[in-house]
Amino acid sequence: MPSTSTAVGRPPTPGPAVRQPRAVRQPRSPMAAPRSFLWSRRIFLTLLAVFVLLPVYVMISSSLKPLEDVSGKFSWIPSGLTVRPYVDIWDTVPLADYFMNSLIVAGAATVCSVTIAVFAAYAVSRYPFRGKRVFTVTVLSTQMFPGILFLLPLFLIYVNIGNATGIALFGSRGGLILTYLTFSLPFSIWMLIGYFDGVPRDLDEAAKVDGCGPLGALFRVIVPAALPGIVAVAVYAFMTAWGEVLFASVMTNETTRTLAVGLQGYSTQNDVYWNQIMAASLVVSLPVVAGFLLLQRYLVAGLMAGAVK
Amino acid sequence: MTTTTAALSAGERTARKDDPGAAPRKRRPGRLRRVGLPYLLLLPALLLELLVHLVPMVIGIVVSFKELTQFYIRDWGTAPWAGLDNFSLAVDFDAPVGKALLSSFLTTCLFTVLSVGLCWLLGAAAAIFMQETFRGRGILRTLFLVPYALPVYAAVITWAFMFQRDNGLVNHVLHDQLGLSDSAPFWLIGDNSFIALLVVSVWKGWPFAFLTLMAGLQNIPKDIYEAAALDGAGVWQQVRRITLPALRPVNQVLVLVLFLWTFNDFNTPFVLFGKAAPEAADLISLHIYQSSFQTWNFGTGSAMSVLLLLFLLVVTGVYLWFTSRGRKATDA
Repeated sequence: MPSTSTAVGRPPTPGPAVRQPRAVRQPRSPMAAPRSFLWSRRIFLTLLAVFVLLPVYVMISSSLKPLEDVSGKFSWIPSGLTVRPYVDIWDTVPLADYFMNSLIVAGAATVCSVTIAVFAAYAVSRYPFRGKRVFTVTVLSTQMFPGILFLLPLFLIYVNIGNATGIALFGSRGGLILTYLTFSLPFSIWMLIGYFDGVPRDLDEAAKVDGCGPLGALFRVIVPAALPGIVAVAVYAFMTAWGEVLFASVMTNETTRTLAVGLQGYSTQNDVYWNQIMAASLVVSLPVVAGFLLLQRYLVAGLMAGAVK
Repeated sequence: MTTTTAALSAGERTARKDDPGAAPRKRRPGRLRRVGLPYLLLLPALLLELLVHLVPMVIGIVVSFKELTQFYIRDWGTAPWAGLDNFSLAVDFDAPVGKALLSSFLTTCLFTVLSVGLCWLLGAAAAIFMQETFRGRGILRTLFLVPYALPVYAAVITWAFMFQRDNGLVNHVLHDQLGLSDSAPFWLIGDNSFIALLVVSVWKGWPFAFLTLMAGLQNIPKDIYEAAALDGAGVWQQVRRITLPALRPVNQVLVLVLFLWTFNDFNTPFVLFGKAAPEAADLISLHIYQSSFQTWNFGTGSAMSVLLLLFLLVVTGVYLWFTSRGRKATDA
């Protein structure tokens, strides 16, 4: 993390506020907290942690149980541990195919979304132009519309584009990529504007004096300086695409089905393999949860900047 | 072309004036290219927003005035006009379609109010309790983000398992271990499904409130607390007199965002109940989805979506007007 990305005269930038939270924060005053406060805190946070972790415990413990255990009454402690569900999940449904589809769709959507958002955020952050406010407000307001509003028309558009040009968007990975990358675009642009604003202008002005073009300044100065922010935006875009259910359930077919829809395959069979469902849920969650927790400080900073602004 | 360029560069100059951070730039050839550059950079984003957000919205509005059934899917432009028929069908609360829509709408309203309220309460309490450092605070914060990080379907499927009548955790605890009910109740069908949906929604949604409020708390200067402590204010008083009022601007945005997300939520009920949600938990997005893709009647579905959008716009407008007016009044 280069120290250069400290904000200059622009208070609401996401970076510095959270990058060093622990160093800045000190106990308010040790004698200010009475016992009632400490006990309330202990009880409340314990109960909350139990509530938060209960499903995580169920997911992990059930995924290691034999089928008899999850079909009968729930038990806190498994009667025996087995990794069998983790082997079986790949055969019960074509999970590997779904996994691959999700990976391709989410990966491509992320790369495209971040690239496009970098250009757009660069324009908004560094150039004065007409319609800037209209652009940012319009883009952001699309976030508030219900997804169901876009679903029917987008379905029609993709079907009709397919009929007119032969480009199969409906049911293909391409259509899903296009949809997902646009879904994450508004928030990505919004977050990146915050990160780019945090990079001092003197840096790219200096680069331009040294002979860099506008794109040179962007890629040699701003992008490296705002890299943590860009990574955070990428994680956000990936999470959005990886977790989307509504469009995935309408716009995919047998061969392009993603995890969001495919995971339901375990429960529509005659038997419900709950241990396998839990194992599969855990497996498909790992990439995003790991990515999120590793990069949480950057992502959290960006999310908060978007919400607080 | 030249006039636009001139106008743009004039705009550029005035804009630059109130931006002290920008150093004066050298004049170079290729002025037109430089003025057009921001638009060029925005072009991909603009095109995609048009294709995936704005054009579909316009088409959605057009379709809501058409009688669009599966016969016209291939060429939706030729579907006959229906005037306001779709709308009158949707809001005719005596007929089955309108009645179902109204009941779904009211369910969604109640659900949203409860869910947003609980999410805010949990988030605010956790953020305030975790304002000071203590041992384990960092780990706890990471744990609290897990519901936010998990993919919706994985988390909600786990909850669906927990809510199973015969082999779920919830009935095991409530019925077998605590003996609170005579017989093990169903959670995913019937009236209880509303509670199940609410629990899952709060579990999934509160971390966002927590995050946002934590950020808001960091902006409160520490010396205010010190001054208050010197004046003899206890912790609870500090929370009530300093922390909560200082969070007002954050709350304004947070509550709106939570409201819109919760009201539009499709994923949670869809994964929790499958395609047919029980009546007690029939949220509006899922309701519209069902009435469009199961009856293949896109005209009515679009009319319902448009009504939903209008409702959200009005609520958002009124909300912003009220909250910003209230803020101005307190500032003055």
